Amino acid sequence: MADLRLNLAGIESPNPFWLASAPPTNSGYQVQRAFEAGWGGAVWKTLGDPILNVSSRFAAVSYGGKRVAGFNNIELITDRPLEVNLKEIYETKKRFPDHAIIASLMVEPTQEKWHEIVKRVEDVGVDGLELNFGCPHGMAERGMGAASGQVPELVEKQTAWAKEVAQTPVIVKLTPNITDITFTAEAAVNGGADAVSMINTINSLAGVDLDSWDTVPNVAGKGAHGGYCGPAVKPIALNMVAECARHPKINVPISGMGGVSSWREAVEFMLMGATGVQVCTAAMHHGFSIVEDMIDGLDNYLDDKGLDSVMDLVGKSVEKYSDWGNLDLNHQVVAKINNDVCINCNKCHIACEDTSHQCIDMLKDDKGRDILKVREEDCVGCNLCSIVCPVDGAIDMVEYANGKPPMTWNERQAAIGATPSCNVDLIK
Amino acid sequence: MTQLKSKGISLENLQVNFNEVHDGLNAQEAMEESNRCLYCYDAPCIKACPTSIDIPKFIKKIASGNLKGSAATIMSSNPVGATCARVCPTEELCEGACVLNHSTEPILIGDLQRFATDWAIKNEQLLFKPGEKNGMSIAVIGGGPAGLSTARELARFGYDVTIFEAAEEAGGLDTYGIVSFRLPQEISRWEVDQVEKLDVKIRTNTAVGADVSFEELSEQFDAIALTIGMGHVPMLGIPGEDLTGVHDAIDFVKETKSGPITDELLGRRVVVIGAGNTAIDAATCAARKGAEDVKIVYRRTRKEMTAYEFEYDFAKQDDVQFHWLTQPVEVIGNETGHVTHLKCVEMKLGAPDEDGRKRPEPVPESEFLMEADAVIKAIGQTRYTDLIESFGLDHEGGVVKVDPVTLKTSQSNVFAAGDVIFAKGQGEAMVVTAAQQGKEVAMAIHKQLSPTPTAAV
Repeated sequence: MADLRLNLAGIESPNPFWLASAPPTNSGYQVQRAFEAGWGGAVWKTLGDPILNVSSRFAAVSYGGKRVAGFNNIELITDRPLEVNLKEIYETKKRFPDHAIIASLMVEPTQEKWHEIVKRVEDVGVDGLELNFGCPHGMAERGMGAASGQVPELVEKQTAWAKEVAQTPVIVKLTPNITDITFTAEAAVNGGADAVSMINTINSLAGVDLDSWDTVPNVAGKGAHGGYCGPAVKPIALNMVAECARHPKINVPISGMGGVSSWREAVEFMLMGATGVQVCTAAMHHGFSIVEDMIDGLDNYLDDKGLDSVMDLVGKSVEKYSDWGNLDLNHQVVAKINNDVCINCNKCHIACEDTSHQCIDMLKDDKGRDILKVREEDCVGCNLCSIVCPVDGAIDMVEYANGKPPMTWNERQAAIGATPSCNVDLIK
Repeated sequence: MTQLKSKGISLENLQVNFNEVHDGLNAQEAMEESNRCLYCYDAPCIKACPTSIDIPKFIKKIASGNLKGSAATIMSSNPVGATCARVCPTEELCEGACVLNHSTEPILIGDLQRFATDWAIKNEQLLFKPGEKNGMSIAVIGGGPAGLSTARELARFGYDVTIFEAAEEAGGLDTYGIVSFRLPQEISRWEVDQVEKLDVKIRTNTAVGADVSFEELSEQFDAIALTIGMGHVPMLGIPGEDLTGVHDAIDFVKETKSGPITDELLGRRVVVIGAGNTAIDAATCAARKGAEDVKIVYRRTRKEMTAYEFEYDFAKQDDVQFHWLTQPVEVIGNETGHVTHLKCVEMKLGAPDEDGRKRPEPVPESEFLMEADAVIKAIGQTRYTDLIESFGLDHEGGVVKVDPVTLKTSQSNVFAAGDVIFAKGQGEAMVVTAAQQGKEVAMAIHKQLSPTPTAAV
């Protein structure tokens, strides 16, 4: 049994699984149920001046019959009075002193407003604060959420205002609706943030009804963009976490989120630099009890890897993530088709023939049976055939020893610059 | 179980006929099937499982790749969960309760359970630890599913447990009584091994009442759990029953699990008497030993047979013929004392008897002969009445009487579970029921001996 306890910028929790600030953390009743189920922490649904919500609010994307591949919402921050939330935070913290409760905050971008809310929530005993600079819909139209979060100067300034009075660690939650998240992450660090969290939801429209031509979701026939999350956004989130983790100036812990549905994604995020993860969509799809397998699966994984603490995972893959220019141009893999396993759907052939490099031949073996064969000399090792292959083990991507020494693009360019007049062996 | 398919019978290599017929799911099938599970809240499959396995939880763990956690979830609720994955009548239990019966197709719960437990077997996982020793010791008499379950739970509570097993190996019915092509012996052995690794001592070849006295155990142990199950097939009470070639179905199946498959039935005619699940086992074993002609005779009709529908289908795939409304009246042999024929009489159904089934009555002058080189009796199981009486326990026709709440017998330090308390009219005795009763009796003993029962670790 490994040690699953987490320490993110001084915020401690019994395990790395927190509920993200979202509908599941709207009330004390819910957060207490979550802690009973085993969640290590919860980021309370964003506090601020209560808002008015619309009906309906959520939509999900099904893909190939699988429900909730992605999830879209147009719900705003808490619609309950601040006093009620603060009372419930106090009661919940009292009942669960070892669990992390982080208050998510969003107010108008003034120093006075930030000072006021930080003081009020810290008075009831939260373990930390998460500044919501990410909510992309509704609040952004009022100059809050993503509207603040998309302007590095505003991120820095507001973080600094919160930090001026905060006694507990301040996490800045970033929006992915920006060209390069490291700009705002760095701004948060410059403002004094103790940690950053990402990603908030991505601007989205879940769909359009083919009969009524209404948007999905819609409110009385009219729609507005929402925030997208769920399993489909994981690669986007993972990259943003990784980019921040390897950025030399973003030297604060990262709370990762975006498509974490099981212990597996949690491990991925942590390897890529996240100190713990936050979850919402998976809990909304299946209930709080999913955390049981997250904890059990992570524990068994750590045992298998011989690791004593979950903190030992944090950042272990960051050094493996770099710029394209540092990748070895001379490394080569080729596809190998195992005809014993192949079921002859020919999807690899047509994928390669139509959309890649025309190197998979449909042939007959000596007994006249259909086989597929890769012309290795023409294969660029793109992986497409193995991606579309429906059977485990039918296509392996194997390393192809071409005898060339490693050379990256950057090394190649440097070599060209250093030897303008020499005749060096370059890759064309 | 619905996908139990015969692969045809080899007459050249009889041994292969006893290989497991169902391959189980491969990793990709398990991944697809587990992701099809809805992960219901308050799921009906859990309630339909006699051992209350948290089925959505173990399936979710397969989907997340946490196979150790999945196997632990299963085995925690059911100490013989690997066996049950293969032998449970799932369509009458968990799969029958799956909500997807009302929309698409139920989840293959049994197969997924097998996938997870097979992984644990293959990867030699030890899933549980013994509890901290509390200084008390328990004797478990009988190492079948109920006994193993009792012992496993008590060991986790911290008791020093010794199983007394009359046979060469523990596992009872799971080791000896369920046909190999449904349940390979190594599955049961693994379950026995899991129990043994919790420091449970298993004394095999030790019959209580013969090799060690019941009184001795009473003195040496703080409590006794009686899990001796049931005995042999009863006598038919017809002439010729002692002829060579007349077998007890339980012994007949046991023989196929206790050594190489023999060929004495190759090309022969076999008649099995009875139409319960044991009769099907005997008939399919006979067919797989190469018998050319296998008949099941039953004095009632298909409607009254107690075999599960999937068992019936499986027997049909092995070309077993069913002769309904047929009552054996005499086994006829040749001069060397070997069976040659079974004399039968045709029956018709009359008025319902005390258990509600129509009573079969002979049709006058309808006697006929059935050629047979072997006759296998499968008309139920006897009780260990003499043994139970020698232990001084109250019983009713060999069914030990227990308090329904405390599971205590007429002696205050003796508890009982499994088939030994399974009274007639309660339906089919299942491995999974025995497993659950083992858990319950362990808890009952724990409640009696420990003022503040602790949870299992």
